[in-house]
Amino acid sequence: MKVTAGRQGKTNRSDCYFELTSARSGGIKLKVQSKVESMYGESVRNLILEMCEFFEIKNLKIYLEDYGALPFTLAARFELAVKRLYSEIQKEYLPPFNPNSKYKTSKERFRRSRLYLPGNQPKLFINAGLHKPDGIILDLEDSVSPQEKDAAQLLVRNALRAVDFYGAERMVRINQLPKGLEDLKYVVPHNVHVILIPKCETADDVVAVRDEVNKIKKANKIRSKIYFMPIIESAKGVINAYEIASAADEVCAVAIGLEDYTADIGAQRTNEGKESFYARSALVNAAKAAGVQAIDTVFSDVNDMEALRQSVLEAKALGFDGKGCIHPRQIKVVHEAFAPTEEEIEKAKKIVAAFEEAKAKGLGVVSLGSKMIDPPVVKRALKTLEYLKQM
Amino acid sequence: MKMIKNAAGRLVPDEINNQKQIPYKGVGKYKPTGHKYGPPIRSCADYPADGNKVVKNLREALERAGLKDGMTISTHHHFRDGDALTNMLFDTIHKMGVKNIRWFPSASFPVHSHLIKYLEDGTIHHIEGSMNGPLGRFASEGKMRGVGVLRSHGGRWQAIQDGEVHIDIAVIAAPTADPFGNATGDRGPAACGLLGFALADSIYADNVIVATDNLVPFPCIPWQIQGNNVDYVVEVPTLGDPSKIVSGTTRVTKSPDRLLIAEYIARFVDAAGFVKDGFSFQAGAGGINLAFLEFLKARMKEKGVKARFVRGGSTQYLVQMLEEGLTDFILDGQTFDLEGVRSMRENPNHVNTSPFTSYNFHGKGNFASMIDFVVLGATEVDLNFNGNVVTHSDGYLLHGIGGWQNCLTSKCTILAIPSFRDRIPVIVDEVTTLVGPGELIDVIVTERGIAINPNRKDLIKAVKGSGLPIKPIEQIFEEVNAIVGGKPAKPKLNKDKVVAVIKWVDGTVIDSVYQVEK
Repeated sequence: MKVTAGRQGKTNRSDCYFELTSARSGGIKLKVQSKVESMYGESVRNLILEMCEFFEIKNLKIYLEDYGALPFTLAARFELAVKRLYSEIQKEYLPPFNPNSKYKTSKERFRRSRLYLPGNQPKLFINAGLHKPDGIILDLEDSVSPQEKDAAQLLVRNALRAVDFYGAERMVRINQLPKGLEDLKYVVPHNVHVILIPKCETADDVVAVRDEVNKIKKANKIRSKIYFMPIIESAKGVINAYEIASAADEVCAVAIGLEDYTADIGAQRTNEGKESFYARSALVNAAKAAGVQAIDTVFSDVNDMEALRQSVLEAKALGFDGKGCIHPRQIKVVHEAFAPTEEEIEKAKKIVAAFEEAKAKGLGVVSLGSKMIDPPVVKRALKTLEYLKQM
Repeated sequence: MKMIKNAAGRLVPDEINNQKQIPYKGVGKYKPTGHKYGPPIRSCADYPADGNKVVKNLREALERAGLKDGMTISTHHHFRDGDALTNMLFDTIHKMGVKNIRWFPSASFPVHSHLIKYLEDGTIHHIEGSMNGPLGRFASEGKMRGVGVLRSHGGRWQAIQDGEVHIDIAVIAAPTADPFGNATGDRGPAACGLLGFALADSIYADNVIVATDNLVPFPCIPWQIQGNNVDYVVEVPTLGDPSKIVSGTTRVTKSPDRLLIAEYIARFVDAAGFVKDGFSFQAGAGGINLAFLEFLKARMKEKGVKARFVRGGSTQYLVQMLEEGLTDFILDGQTFDLEGVRSMRENPNHVNTSPFTSYNFHGKGNFASMIDFVVLGATEVDLNFNGNVVTHSDGYLLHGIGGWQNCLTSKCTILAIPSFRDRIPVIVDEVTTLVGPGELIDVIVTERGIAINPNRKDLIKAVKGSGLPIKPIEQIFEEVNAIVGGKPAKPKLNKDKVVAVIKWVDGTVIDSVYQVEK
């Protein structure tokens, strides 16, 4: 029997292609064609032989085309090929955990930008963190074709262990339930911070994910928190937004996905966005009522930075805390647009100063000039200054 | 042939192709004396009084020039990968049965893989010039009869002027020429901009042939090559493929990582205080370089700052700067796209230059050393900031030096490099081939951070507090090695077989390139 894994073709970079043919005898026959033969040929062969030993494979014909794949990619592709050939193999070959990838997250941290990375394209993973998004999303859902879901699961698992995302929050978008529940065992044990639950329609979806996550956490003795970001992409989801946002303590934010939503309500998506105004506002309201962040949809025109800026300013005005990015160059624009303006900062400083003064004097009422300042206004001013501190 | 250790600690041959070699002695240390080389005396009485030097074809011109075995023939790379003339030239030489030619191109391109058969059958003995792609591979595998010699654009002038290379016949491809031999590159169906790389050859070669596919009546105005230096003019049906001579459009990189590098460079040169009225720079035409221009332009506009001059390689992006008034002049060394050609033809402030103005070690000064900063690339850089641009980490010779060595003399030399390509780290413990000494390389900009040469305390101080990711070069090196799974293995080279030498700008030998063991 013969199986393949990975992508074949000289235009591939930082990836590889395996062909495995089962054999009853003859030992391990390994043929390698590598773009980096003289520099890493030996290291590539050693890894594959070590993995054969790990999976207790005695006889196998292996053909590899290597286009400069990094070790975590080579290992994921080979494990995939092995498992496609021998479906009974359950063992996992885990690359060493990068010491820089053990950091934690918190429920309140900023989530202004989140960068989507297609889960089956390893070359995009390595430098994603350098662009300093608040979060990176390794995507198992829409950017991965149905026949490559198993490939992306292994690749994302290895990436969570091996790749340094330089402090970005480590997110994974699983598949739509119930299939998405199958994805969890590939990510929960590997310091994932946030699980994105796509096409979330009811609180039950969130609960199902939570229960499965807890089961895996228990089995793997994981104590750190894993948060959820349900993505609402349907009319029904919008109606249930508050229930979804408050379905579990682990929900840190709710996001809206407008492509599917507009299709669901039978409207065309326009630049003006009248058709989604209700849904976006309803989502913000539900999120804030549940005490979580509201995250806006992705902006898909990667060449129009000015339109992106406008779109973020509009989202900010509606009450959103974050925006989805599909290209690293969008990140800076999103951060700039979410940042408080000079005017907002000045005002916040004055309000906080007045608040401190009132506190020092033991006054119950804060006033600025002749105007009385309500507690929520003080809170928002504190938040603005906190934002500056975190930047 | 004996191998000697030069001042950079590299082993180099004391003799190649029966010519004695001087080992590299250090930057600015070797200064030959005596008089420059002079071409043979000619008399106008021997040339047609009516000025018509047109002969029937290349073969006749070569015959009249006295082509024979072992001669040195020079060509030029203005037509880049679209060059048809050089291939046609060697087809003719081959048909004439002449052998052992020393080919002295200003650069070669993949299109010249056509010549491999002539290297194999002995028509060409060896190449002294860049060996790009397939020719480099051929040489690296030890298949060339002689030893290759790689020189910078300035080094080519130096070698011609001090007599190290005596050119028997120069063949100059001219997009437009007249029967007297006046020639220009800025117009005609194969317009390429300028002909600066052929200037030295036109002055110093024993015989000069101008070949053109656009013969105009005398006078050809402007003349970049002066007809008074030309022996024969040949009309040919085509010089090459214009779409590969200059690109219709040069493009800024779309890669986010390369854009990040470009942005870091723009922030760096600004933080270091270079971006002020009257400044100058050179940035080339690679994807990162063009993106850098865009970031720099935005900063210049914001600050209301204007450059005095920019050294090209010109492209549409540089032309925009000139036309938007962001620089007074472009001093152009080669033209990469149609906009560059148009601008040079139409705008008197877009000036055509040659390696003589900027790069020649025997010149009485050079523009290159007057430039505030230059942005270059490299295939490898080592922990001592030494740079390599000719070989890859697998030992194969795949690129020429171009003006790279000459540009290192600018006030601030910046290398823009991705920290690794596929799995191959660009920062290594020791370069495979030494092309530029680390003392001349000031800043390395990668997507993982910026390393400043510890000798440049002034730069380190200037960018302090800029928020830029300044890191020791060792830190980037370690970071990348952790990603790629350890240091790359060194290539297997046959150290007994030197296939090419790398000349420093003064004509000394800075390093050797060895045969790659398969």
